[in-house]
Amino acid sequence: MTEEIIIAGFGGQGVLSMGKILAYSGLMQGQDVSWMPSYGPEMRGGTSNVTVIISDHRISSPILFKYDTAIILNQPSMDKFESMVKPGGLLIYDPNGITRHPERKDITVCKVDATKTAGEMGNQKIFNMIVLGGFLKMKPIVKLENVMAGLKKSLPERHHKLLPLNEEAIKKGIEIIDIINQAN
Amino acid sequence: MAEITLQDIIKEENLVYSRTKVMTPNELHYCPGCGHGTAHRLIAEVIEEMGIQEQTVGVTPVGCSVLMYNYMDIDMQEAAHGRAPAVATGIKRVMPDKYVFTYQGDGDLAAIGTAETIHSCNRGENICIFFINNGIYGMTGGQMAPTTLEGMASSTSPFGRDVSMMGNPIKMTELVAQLAGTYFVTRHSVHTPRNVRRAKKAIRQAFENQKAGKGVSFVEIVSNCNSGWKMPPVKANEWMEENMFPFYKLGDIKVDGKLVEK
Amino acid sequence: MKGNEAIAEAAIREGVDAYFGYPITPQSEVIEYLMSEKPHERTGMVVLQAESELAAINMVYGAAGTGRKVMTSSSSPGISLKMEGISYIAGSELPCVIVNVVRGGPGLGTIQPGQCDYFQATKGGGHGDYRLIVLAPASVQEMADFIETGYDLAFKYRNPVMILSDGIIGQMMEKVELKPQKKRFTPEEIINKYPWATTGKPKSRERNIITSLELIAAKQEAFNQKLIKKYQEIQENEIKYEALNTDDADYILVAYGSVARICMNAMEEARAKGIKVGLIRPITLFPFPTPIISKLADKVKGFMSVEMSAGQMVEDIRLAVNGRKPVEFYGRQGGMIPAPEDIVIALEQKLIGG
Repeated sequence: MTEEIIIAGFGGQGVLSMGKILAYSGLMQGQDVSWMPSYGPEMRGGTSNVTVIISDHRISSPILFKYDTAIILNQPSMDKFESMVKPGGLLIYDPNGITRHPERKDITVCKVDATKTAGEMGNQKIFNMIVLGGFLKMKPIVKLENVMAGLKKSLPERHHKLLPLNEEAIKKGIEIIDIINQAN
Repeated sequence: MAEITLQDIIKEENLVYSRTKVMTPNELHYCPGCGHGTAHRLIAEVIEEMGIQEQTVGVTPVGCSVLMYNYMDIDMQEAAHGRAPAVATGIKRVMPDKYVFTYQGDGDLAAIGTAETIHSCNRGENICIFFINNGIYGMTGGQMAPTTLEGMASSTSPFGRDVSMMGNPIKMTELVAQLAGTYFVTRHSVHTPRNVRRAKKAIRQAFENQKAGKGVSFVEIVSNCNSGWKMPPVKANEWMEENMFPFYKLGDIKVDGKLVEK
Repeated sequence: MKGNEAIAEAAIREGVDAYFGYPITPQSEVIEYLMSEKPHERTGMVVLQAESELAAINMVYGAAGTGRKVMTSSSSPGISLKMEGISYIAGSELPCVIVNVVRGGPGLGTIQPGQCDYFQATKGGGHGDYRLIVLAPASVQEMADFIETGYDLAFKYRNPVMILSDGIIGQMMEKVELKPQKKRFTPEEIINKYPWATTGKPKSRERNIITSLELIAAKQEAFNQKLIKKYQEIQENEIKYEALNTDDADYILVAYGSVARICMNAMEEARAKGIKVGLIRPITLFPFPTPIISKLADKVKGFMSVEMSAGQMVEDIRLAVNGRKPVEFYGRQGGMIPAPEDIVIALEQKLIGG
């Protein structure tokens, strides 16, 4: 098994940390992982993306040009990455702020209303965990317990009290993800 | 009566002056009348008197004194031009219990190495910096230095330093005295026995400060360059007194971490 | 762990005595990680942010001259600034490890990854006839491992070692197994191990002098010849490379660092199309794996060098092949990264079709 994922959105949406948690989760269940961020001015609020690879064997290139899954959180990322999903692959997006919705029919497209749901749950910061939950529903490549272990590892000690809320968010994401187009 | 030879005279009881043990028997390459030899000797004497030969590492510059390591019987490192304070920082940081000093000329310390000088002084590295200022580049043949006086001729200011075109002479010693990391900043010369005694006292004080962990001790020695200035040694010393000292005033600038009131 | 963090942690565990550096993207995590780990408390390691790369490399010179394990890191423009000091370190035969997390150039260039400092790293870089031992990590694991390898080589040959990484390896995170903490050598151990070091002159020995100055031409030449001999010895003994699928290969891709990993994907794509492609990944760039490439030149149809540069390592491959087989080049510059399918297309057009 090799899963090649791009997560892309604005800086500050928790794109890099979502990728990190996913990578740690893979690590927790003994798989090879790689996490390769875009870096530079993006660190200060522009668009930001991260490539995460989880595999049962040695990972060759950490940089990819085609992905099994694209998790897209803003319009510029939609424009850039929709075309880079492999045929039969998966595209997950949050419709908040999206003006041009995905058009491809040869891939599975899912919608997670994470921004709205996070607002309803009273904490905008768990937005990325809701999205992650949605991804895990579609591709259960890592077990929830390993995600929680990965989360624990990537969160600083002082934020460990937020672990239950994060778990709730992941479960919420599993619940609300909506399949819009099934790859033919 | 047999003729008295030189060998008969060189006897322990007749000796009034000898090479310090911290200097090697190598012959100095400096021009007759140059102050470097005296300055080397004073540093060597202080090291000998404090008994710290085994604990001292010196850093030599690029300039006339680049070969200082041929004359000092201590471990030494030769730095790239201007970088001696950075090299000394590296040595001192990994061997904080050793004595580390740099010996630098005006081109090295006040032109190409300005950043290293300022920042090592500002960090308060626990080292001694000995700065020989003769207002000219001696080794490369008498070009203008950052400390060349206004109107003073050199091979790159043949009609005298025109400050409107070439900038002003820099008083590096007054400048570093402003920095929090310097503890002792002073200016001396080695052209008369009295001045030699004072300079040696300052050098001793600099090493004592390092022993006490006080930060940078910065000792400038205003010196001559009779070859570069194109003067006989005695005339060069007179010229130095008349022209260099009014601009580069001798005396303490900062003592025990406090600026001296003038 | 990020590549930049792995190299920093590995340095602490190696028992490195001092790190001197200056921040620059994309390698600032090295000094940031070191500072946050308080290595002065963990092992007594000195970490100092210098006022410039010039100062940092000269601090390395000073500390390395005392027989300590010393390290610095930077990225391309900063490494150019360090070149003066690196030449002095090579000329004074001091051991140290220098990390270059390469970005695209020339000039200020880009902060995106590059391999355009290959010439600078492998051919000297600063003034004078000298060589660095150059290691090219292709993973976060190798970033960590090459610290130990680097110091072993640096002290074995009293020669500066450069770890030539790039923005991809520096910034990416992957699984890494770190070695256990080594003890730093005590001052007494250093005096015994490195009798050349300027540790203070006892009565029992002559004074030690660290210098690269020699005014007598004949003596300087003798020193140059000593260096040449050392470099030959390094070439004979220290070559490292990885060979993949070379046994049945018709064509060989040659790539190092992150690009070698992209070439692994390209190799798979090519083999899926029925093109028998193998890969040579030089791990040491100096000494360059000339013998294996020379050997392969007798049996394969051609080579292609893939680089994030305008074509630098390709010259060393051509020297190894020495005209026997075609040696082509495919590269991207400016922080652009070669894609596997473009590599395969280039291979088809330049080597197979040509």
